[in-house]
Amino acid sequence: MDLSFNDDQKQLQDALAKYIERDYGFERRRAYQGTAEGFSREVWAQFAEMGLLSLPFAESDGGLGGGAAEMLVVMTAIGNALMVEPYLATVVLAGGAIARAGSGAQKAELLGGIAEGKLIAAAAFEEPGARFNLAHVATTAKKAGAEYVLSGSKAVVLHGGQADRLVVSARTSGNVADEKGISLFVVDRKARGVSVRDYRTIDGLRAADISLDGVHVPAGALLGAEGAAFEVIDAVADAGVAALCAEAVGVMESLNRQTLEYIKGRQQFGVPIGSFQVLQHRAVDMFIHAEQSKSMAYLAAIKAPVVENSAGPSVGEAASVKERRRSVSAAKVHIGNSGRVVAQDAIQMHGGMGMTNELAAAHYAKRLTMIDFVLGDSAHHLSRFEAA
Amino acid sequence: MDLNYSAQETAFRDEVRAFLRDNLPAEVSRKVIEHRHLKREDYMRWQDILAARGWLGGHWPKEFGGQGWNHVQAHIFDEETALAGAPRVVPFGVNMVAPVIMAFGSQQQKDTWLTGIRTNKHWWCQGYSEPGAGSDLASLKTRAELSADGTHYVINGQKTWTTMAHYADMMFCLVRTTNEKRKQEGISFLLIDMKTPGITVRPFLTLDEEHSLNDVFFDNVRVPVGNRVGEEGKGWTYAKYLLGFERTVVAALGFSKRELGTLKRIAASEMRGGRPLAEDARFSAKIALAEIELMALDMTVMRVLSSRGKAPGPEASILKIKGTELQQTITELMMEAVGPYAVPFVPEAIDGNDDGAGPAHAAPLAATYFNWRKVTIFGGSNEIQRNIISKAVLGL
Repeated sequence: MDLSFNDDQKQLQDALAKYIERDYGFERRRAYQGTAEGFSREVWAQFAEMGLLSLPFAESDGGLGGGAAEMLVVMTAIGNALMVEPYLATVVLAGGAIARAGSGAQKAELLGGIAEGKLIAAAAFEEPGARFNLAHVATTAKKAGAEYVLSGSKAVVLHGGQADRLVVSARTSGNVADEKGISLFVVDRKARGVSVRDYRTIDGLRAADISLDGVHVPAGALLGAEGAAFEVIDAVADAGVAALCAEAVGVMESLNRQTLEYIKGRQQFGVPIGSFQVLQHRAVDMFIHAEQSKSMAYLAAIKAPVVENSAGPSVGEAASVKERRRSVSAAKVHIGNSGRVVAQDAIQMHGGMGMTNELAAAHYAKRLTMIDFVLGDSAHHLSRFEAA
Repeated sequence: MDLNYSAQETAFRDEVRAFLRDNLPAEVSRKVIEHRHLKREDYMRWQDILAARGWLGGHWPKEFGGQGWNHVQAHIFDEETALAGAPRVVPFGVNMVAPVIMAFGSQQQKDTWLTGIRTNKHWWCQGYSEPGAGSDLASLKTRAELSADGTHYVINGQKTWTTMAHYADMMFCLVRTTNEKRKQEGISFLLIDMKTPGITVRPFLTLDEEHSLNDVFFDNVRVPVGNRVGEEGKGWTYAKYLLGFERTVVAALGFSKRELGTLKRIAASEMRGGRPLAEDARFSAKIALAEIELMALDMTVMRVLSSRGKAPGPEASILKIKGTELQQTITELMMEAVGPYAVPFVPEAIDGNDDGAGPAHAAPLAATYFNWRKVTIFGGSNEIQRNIISKAVLGL
């Protein structure tokens, strides 16, 4: 039993901290967020250079074989700096699905493109009315000769409007909400019949609602076995939740630092407001929320790797699916609840300043709050935890 | 990064489990699991068994007769014994006064008292709190004046909230030897024989009508100077030294795991609307949230154990706060689970001498709930723990 980081992992942590310090201040982030794509291609190229874009994939797939610790380090850093780049969408979700289900040729092309920073990919798993149930797939894929024809709607696809390729779940058989009969397809975002309603999210990222209207894809676009994609989607989404948990920890730690700094400096009644015990105890509770969340983020990262059986000593134990679901959902419930509290208290303790869009803390609070609604909220995961 | 115990750690856990299976008396563990009151002989019986195996103080260094267990082993021992329903080891000797004697005691004190603790010969109690000194412990007023011949301290004053003083052979006690400007100065750390003339132990009942707490009065009690630990006036430093010795045992992880299991069993046997209460969405969600809190606490303990070797941080305060909150949540849910049968109070049933009213598991639950309100108050109230974190970690 050892939950500490080894020297390589600490080095990665330091490198990312230095990178953020030098190149990813809050003003930079604001500028990146304001570009047409809503993130920085330059930063993305640096991610590629640092090896982050191939980090979790197996060495046999051209990856670096990173495990739980590496993902914790990267996602926590992304949370620390509130980075707007599509790491979750491209590397963890779309990349994870390709790595798990793809053929050798698909992995070589797509993971290769992702690793080089040339290919942005997104995962289109959720649908209107599905409310986080990833088995609720009404989008259909009908076989037509050597092709499939996809029709349906996908909801709140993270970075869907910026992606070159979409990993889309579609039903090849069965009824809506059946776990069986779901397949995954790699769809070109610019293919005929794909329409994208791209929008900002309230926490400064980009997402899209996507409709597929008789989109023709070749048989080679099928990712994995026909009708058997649910297990892949479920596992990939769990890795996504684990990544979000680590990101949330990074957001919380940074937000708590900002709040502390504020209450130490802000004077009222002739003293720093941080001298008031009512605020001190609230700050302690925020700190404890962050610590407990970190513990749960570790658990989720260990139980839900992006790719199973990747090489290297840092890989989590081979968890049973039930154990994985249970742990990941527990983490999401905990972090959803803790995140809500920390964000609310941070705004409250900043007083009127907490209400301004100028202040970095407000943006951290927004991200932290929204993480609960991505890949299943606390209520969804509480039910899933109980069912596991 | 690996959540699994090593082969060595697993072997140790198996050894502890086998020992518990072969040696923990079933009638004692049944009392613990069913929330019945334990008597002195129940604790002593179990501690004698541990002492015979050399496991009372297994986490002590070998030079003091311990097994030299590391933090992970000590944690495994704590968790496994609690899970099995062993009575908790009375902490005052083994965990509280022993580390102080090891660090600051004279050779004679080490020989006498550490041996007495390790062999379960002496029951210790803690003489810290006073009527006017609770969370503000340093304002204690119990006086110790040197006798004219310089051989004894003469103690006058009162201690209170003294847990199981009525069972104790010895007390470690903070007393004021001089009045200084800083109230933390002038305090000395004494070891007092409870049979010394002038000591009166007066029991009082807690709100669950259990007797575990006492007032202890000192009327010209003569304590040999040789029973002072370390230097005169340095008692506060020694008492604080203990804080650095807080182990993950404050999280009470094994206790909460066991009690959560009991809660689930009770919820499965209680009915609501013709279905087991465990299947009631509202109640099961409460259990699930408690279980998630438990998982978080478990992982925090694992993180603390992984980071040993570095200086002990404020982790103990986090573990105390979250651990006690969780214990209270679980005792509250157990009381809720039995619905109307939370109300009857049949003390004989809690002692196991009467069938009580309603299901057998129900009798002690409300009393346990009320008794467990203590855990967020004692050992440094949770508000004091927040003050510690606020100062030590947040720099406020």
